[in-house]
Amino acid sequence: MSILGTRVVRTEDPLFLTRGAVYTDDLTDERLTGALHATFVRSQVAHGRLLSVDTAAALEAPGVVAVVTAADVTDLVDIPPPFPFINAAMTRPWLASDRVRFVGDPIAVVLTEERYQGEDAAEMVVVDVDPLPAVVGTAAAATDEVLLFPEAGTNLLAAFGEPVPEDFFDGCEVVVTQALVNQRVAPVPLESRAAAAAWDPDGRVTVWCTNQGAQQARGQLGDWLEMDPDLIHLITPDVGGGFGAKIGADPEYAFIAWLARHVGRPVRWAESRSENMIGMLHGRAQDQVVTIGGRRDGTVEAYSLVFDQDCGAYPRIGAVLPTLTMLMAPGVYAFPKVHAQGRALATTTTSIGAYRGAGRPEATAAVERAVDLFAAEIGMDPAEVRRKNLVPAFSAPHTTPMGATYDNGDYTAALDKALEAAGYDELRAEQARRREAGDVRQLGIGLSVYVEITGADNGAGTKEAAELEVHADGTATVLTGTSPHGQGHATAWAMIASDQLGIPMEKITVLHGDTDLVPQGGGTMGSRSLQQGGAAVHQAADELIEEARRRAAERLEVDPTDLVVDLGLAGLAVRGTPGAGVSFAELAAEERLLVNTVFNADAPTFPFGAHVAVVELDVESGKAQVVRVVTVDDAGTVINPLIAEGQRHGGIAQGVAQALLEEVLYDEDGNPTTSTLADYPFVSATELPSFELVEMATPTPMNPLGAKGIGEAGTIGSTPAVQNAVIDAAAHLGVRHVDMPVTPMRVWRAIQQAGSHAQQEGN
Amino acid sequence: MIPTAFDYVKVRSVDEALAALAEHGEDAKLLAGGHSLLPIMKLRLAIPTVLIDIGGIPELSYVRVEGDEVAVGAGTRLFEIERDEVVRAEAPLLSHVAGRVGDPQVRHRATLGGTVAHSDPASDVPTGLLALGGSVVVQGPAGRRSIPVTACWTGFFETDVAEDEMVIEVRVPRTGSSGWGYEKFTRRENDWAIVAAAAVEGRVALANMAGTVVRATATEEALARGASVAEAAALADQGTSPSSDMHADAEYRRHLARLLTRRALETAAAA
Repeated sequence: MSILGTRVVRTEDPLFLTRGAVYTDDLTDERLTGALHATFVRSQVAHGRLLSVDTAAALEAPGVVAVVTAADVTDLVDIPPPFPFINAAMTRPWLASDRVRFVGDPIAVVLTEERYQGEDAAEMVVVDVDPLPAVVGTAAAATDEVLLFPEAGTNLLAAFGEPVPEDFFDGCEVVVTQALVNQRVAPVPLESRAAAAAWDPDGRVTVWCTNQGAQQARGQLGDWLEMDPDLIHLITPDVGGGFGAKIGADPEYAFIAWLARHVGRPVRWAESRSENMIGMLHGRAQDQVVTIGGRRDGTVEAYSLVFDQDCGAYPRIGAVLPTLTMLMAPGVYAFPKVHAQGRALATTTTSIGAYRGAGRPEATAAVERAVDLFAAEIGMDPAEVRRKNLVPAFSAPHTTPMGATYDNGDYTAALDKALEAAGYDELRAEQARRREAGDVRQLGIGLSVYVEITGADNGAGTKEAAELEVHADGTATVLTGTSPHGQGHATAWAMIASDQLGIPMEKITVLHGDTDLVPQGGGTMGSRSLQQGGAAVHQAADELIEEARRRAAERLEVDPTDLVVDLGLAGLAVRGTPGAGVSFAELAAEERLLVNTVFNADAPTFPFGAHVAVVELDVESGKAQVVRVVTVDDAGTVINPLIAEGQRHGGIAQGVAQALLEEVLYDEDGNPTTSTLADYPFVSATELPSFELVEMATPTPMNPLGAKGIGEAGTIGSTPAVQNAVIDAAAHLGVRHVDMPVTPMRVWRAIQQAGSHAQQEGN
Repeated sequence: MIPTAFDYVKVRSVDEALAALAEHGEDAKLLAGGHSLLPIMKLRLAIPTVLIDIGGIPELSYVRVEGDEVAVGAGTRLFEIERDEVVRAEAPLLSHVAGRVGDPQVRHRATLGGTVAHSDPASDVPTGLLALGGSVVVQGPAGRRSIPVTACWTGFFETDVAEDEMVIEVRVPRTGSSGWGYEKFTRRENDWAIVAAAAVEGRVALANMAGTVVRATATEEALARGASVAEAAALADQGTSPSSDMHADAEYRRHLARLLTRRALETAAAA
């Protein structure tokens, strides 16, 4: 029986749970002996002209070895925008020289013998800033009244798509339009950012940093430091969460390497949580307008999504997220006409990156809200409206009006399974009973049906590397270009190799995150790892078997086609000749048995699913409690259900958090008001019910495993389901929309306003 | 997230603590559970140069029935108050509010005296104490004195406890089987109250409706003259001055004060 599809307990966990992980800040590597500690002095003003930086007092403070300002950085060019379509004037200095652009913009670095000394000395650096008006929110940015980069002449980073044609909704019986906020959130990985660097005498640098892909981080450091990547040995120690915010490298990582060269000593840096909340990339941050039109029978005929992406002060991945949102705009629906237009804008806030879902949750949230608004307008059950408009089940590729080609899917089945598991009809009956009785606690039922894109690998090709070697002692080593930071690749990749080779899992070691060991790799992001990295391991095992077959045929003097894999032997046996065969280990004893391969997929995959959220809403206070979340998350073939369920759990939780709780806020002067965990309400177990996970698996033809991505699906599906549920709970009171996070105050106010409108209409 | 440098003094008795306070003056802070003080020190919002650790003074940890009152030592941990059989029987509201602070880890560190001395208007225990009535016993160079709870909290993070004094004990009336109610409104279970209302024996206290915890005097007066719970609760926000922040604006806080007061009074009446 195959081990694939079974609930193998994660082999990583005993070490994580006992000894604990070794994160970047825990490293005791001897190359870091005597390392100085870097402390960044960051702007406390959102926007302004930097008049002076006085380091004299800090230089006298105990333990201070150096205080570095922009004037010292003479051998690096400013960081160019990350995409060619962005105005080239929108560069990022390593340390602010003439202008600060967000609270958190690095101005100076203090290097001290001890970390505590750094915090004290950093306070002694006197920064004089002449404030300029802050640019908070996309509406302010779009006016171009205040420019972050005056040389660029605009705050617009990029414009995607054309305006909605004027006649787009002509002929629709019903047209509903609504402004939506997909609010800014913080990724909050438990391990905040950290890096360390040490130079060899021969000009090679070793950089340790927490990230989601060592090879990409190394490439970025090479670009920024203008170094041959071969001269950079990048090591990814254990990583405590990333959620997209650790893709590639942050400028701070490269700067730590530069500082180490500058002072001639190893340097290390680990940020505090307060620093993380303003310095690490944020996510989401779109202001959207949806318009949906169709017939009163529930058929949608046209849908448009027009939105502005807040990108923060310096363009990062956020600048390209609109393209993913636009690509996925129609979601699971067969709307005949779909139009999307997005702009990317700079604001005096923390930069926006890819956060769990990255562009797709924004698309799903918009269309799922739009469908509910349409259903409410025509007075039809939202499940029925969805059924009428879903793309029918398809096994041949389906191309949408936005140009996405979905591999396969059965959205109606996903919705039906979720509704059945939730007991949808009974829930609606209970809701009607409570409405009739005028209960304080009203029931809300929210739906979302989603499709997303995984393994899209924007611009990098849909490939991943793997190396597999069987050793003479019967063990095997897998080297992968993926970069697990909680995902369980050590377990899953060993399962895949074991399944094909017959080598027990405990004899297979999975290594990653060291560019000397694994020079090629795409990392872990965009839910790509299994469908590309796992598939690469699978392909490597196939290729290793073929190499072994060639060698075994010679050794056993048989025809290669007479050899079959014998899992019990962990080798190849001669068909029909009991006892005749050779193990992979025996072949490895003669000559290294090793393959190096790159798996290349034809195209991304499109996981899909349906979520049903049930909330109880206290209509007197406006507070909603999530009481049930029922989900179907179809990610194709599942290699390890335990791990897949873990991904779903974490994803659902983060999605619920966006719907109900989380929001990064700035005041009008651009000061962050949610930069500690006392103020930023990330979700915990006390706010969540046990999730009800329903199985469904539609294998993709895009890789031999049949696997699609699962890392982000839960987040994408749950956010709109929960938002829709809360609004549904107050629908009978006249509430049609409440923006996220759906806070008690917002819900209460929406109920008050709906009530006063109803009263006015009654009068 | 690293505090400025400070000296640390561990004391074993109230006398030692007071002597240390006298020696170090206004630069010193008393450290009990540390769950309010240490975070603000890490944010460098408080920069004491001496911490006097009173967390291990055995004489400050007790629960006793004394006449019509329950006396609880200032060093008693909140989890002990939450579970103490005497407190549960004689002043169940106090047990309950102690159990609503933060999470179990916090309650195993936080002390009664600490939460009283911190004077956070969003705090559960002061809200419960203000509804219960009673007094806070403090000791300084001039000896002991008693501060009625109605006069204890004088402002945001400010109390009537002088800089050379420390909280020794809290005394609450034995409300026994009288009905009580506590309604705490949060977005997350473990958060501070956005607004809270405590009710017992016709007294109502509110959290986060002013710079300190406050009594809902208009509600209390209405109840005293025989108004219904609904009528009285509708007056709960009178005389309060709630602030606006990211969780709630003042108007919504006023609404919550009225709603939570009604619910707390209903719970108290149902007992």
